[in-house]
Amino acid sequence: MPRETLDAKIRHLIDEILVLDSMIEQTTLDSVDALKRRDTEAARRLYAYDDVVNAKRFEIENDCIATIATQQPVMGKDLRLLASILEIVGELERMGDYAKGIAKICMMIGDEPHVKPLIDIPRMAEISVKMLHRAIGAFVARDVETARSIPQQDDEVDALYNQVYRELVAIILANPSTIDRANHLMWAAHNLERMADRVTNICERTIYVVTGELKEIESSDDEYSKFRE
Amino acid sequence: MNLTLQNFMSSISTESPSSNGKYAIEARNLNLYYGSFMAVKNVTLPIERQKITAIIGPSGCGKTTMLRSFNRMNDLVPSAHSEGEVLFMGQNINDPGVDPVEVRRHIGMVFQKPNPFPKSIYENIAWGARINGFRGSKSELDDLVERSLRSAALWDEVKDKLQQSGLSLSGGQQQRLCIARAIAVKPDIILMDEPCSALDPIATLKIEELMRVLAKDYTIIIVTHNMQQAARVSDFTAFFTMDEDRAGYLKEFGVTTQIFTYPHEKLTEDYITGRFG
Repeated sequence: MPRETLDAKIRHLIDEILVLDSMIEQTTLDSVDALKRRDTEAARRLYAYDDVVNAKRFEIENDCIATIATQQPVMGKDLRLLASILEIVGELERMGDYAKGIAKICMMIGDEPHVKPLIDIPRMAEISVKMLHRAIGAFVARDVETARSIPQQDDEVDALYNQVYRELVAIILANPSTIDRANHLMWAAHNLERMADRVTNICERTIYVVTGELKEIESSDDEYSKFRE
Repeated sequence: MNLTLQNFMSSISTESPSSNGKYAIEARNLNLYYGSFMAVKNVTLPIERQKITAIIGPSGCGKTTMLRSFNRMNDLVPSAHSEGEVLFMGQNINDPGVDPVEVRRHIGMVFQKPNPFPKSIYENIAWGARINGFRGSKSELDDLVERSLRSAALWDEVKDKLQQSGLSLSGGQQQRLCIARAIAVKPDIILMDEPCSALDPIATLKIEELMRVLAKDYTIIIVTHNMQQAARVSDFTAFFTMDEDRAGYLKEFGVTTQIFTYPHEKLTEDYITGRFG
């Protein structure tokens, strides 16, 4: 028995998730690019763009709540899907905040030269955005296998983050006057590292929608795992 | 100036300023009585064209009385009378010169319990069309029957048994036959009084999906006890409740998503969350 009204509303919500996702992917890459080029004008625009991202998130959230209230998907896959959409738009919006944070860092650094050439940070952004793109694709396709495989890529982002961290600490130690500028870059790297972590949360929701299983995907290099024993 | 509705309608070639604009029909300051008992009090309710408007509320709040006022079905109750206006195409349908039969041709009705005529499936559609002035050939009538049954999402299930009795169909099919019968006379508005209350959940969902399709061409007003159904199917929702004197009145009216996600009135909130009614 098809439920055409509910199905149409779900299709619309999924389309809107794809729109929000593309906004986040673009704004993340653009923020890091602005940081790399120290383009404060672009950073200002990207900072303001977060309002658009937030508005889109609330729009989807409202649509989703209205769909739950009016179409009553009280059981099964439809309910899991709509509950997951609420979760995922929250994750995407937080990623938007990270991009906004990077734009802010760019404005704070201003015309001052970077303490090191930006190579690993753009690489982190590229991998994180690719992870996000695949994760949303897996969500739309309800592809559990892909969803399970994506968090492994988080290891690459973590490795790059650790490398950036070590380098920046070394620079600070060698020349304490760089502390502010180095610290700013550390925040930017940290934002990207958090973004990749949040991609994992999206993958967990895909698995939940398909299997009904709510479970954290363990990361292979979880730095805190040694404390769990 | 008293005109029959037919004369009135043929006298206007395009939408005139006196018509209801974007509204298919509109109650204005309407009071409805059974004898001295006031059943519905001072209702102003504009119904948008080609949308589904649901009327919900607790038992006895005047939902069905309100619905029946939209095509003068209350005339069939001897003690019933009204004050105020029900404007259709700019004309108050309660004006003395208006022919209620003509009103009901433009504003059809589907009832709680499926009520096909004890005739063949074909005749259920054809008979209503004929008595409403259909003068076409046999093949044109065949076309009308097929079109109506297709519009009611019933054609595929009955096309090979059109001469069987309408009463041989399941409850859900009978209700769709009644919908086909209603749309065969090309009404502007279809009133539905608890159209799914006698149906199982699957047949109910079928009627609901059918309503969504029909709303592309028709204006639908539905009374339902089932507020989940109102939420699923309608574009606008009117919540009725009753006063201490037991007169029903319109407490809140709005877009369905608003009524079911953030109603402005506490009584509406209590009703839709099952805390009252």
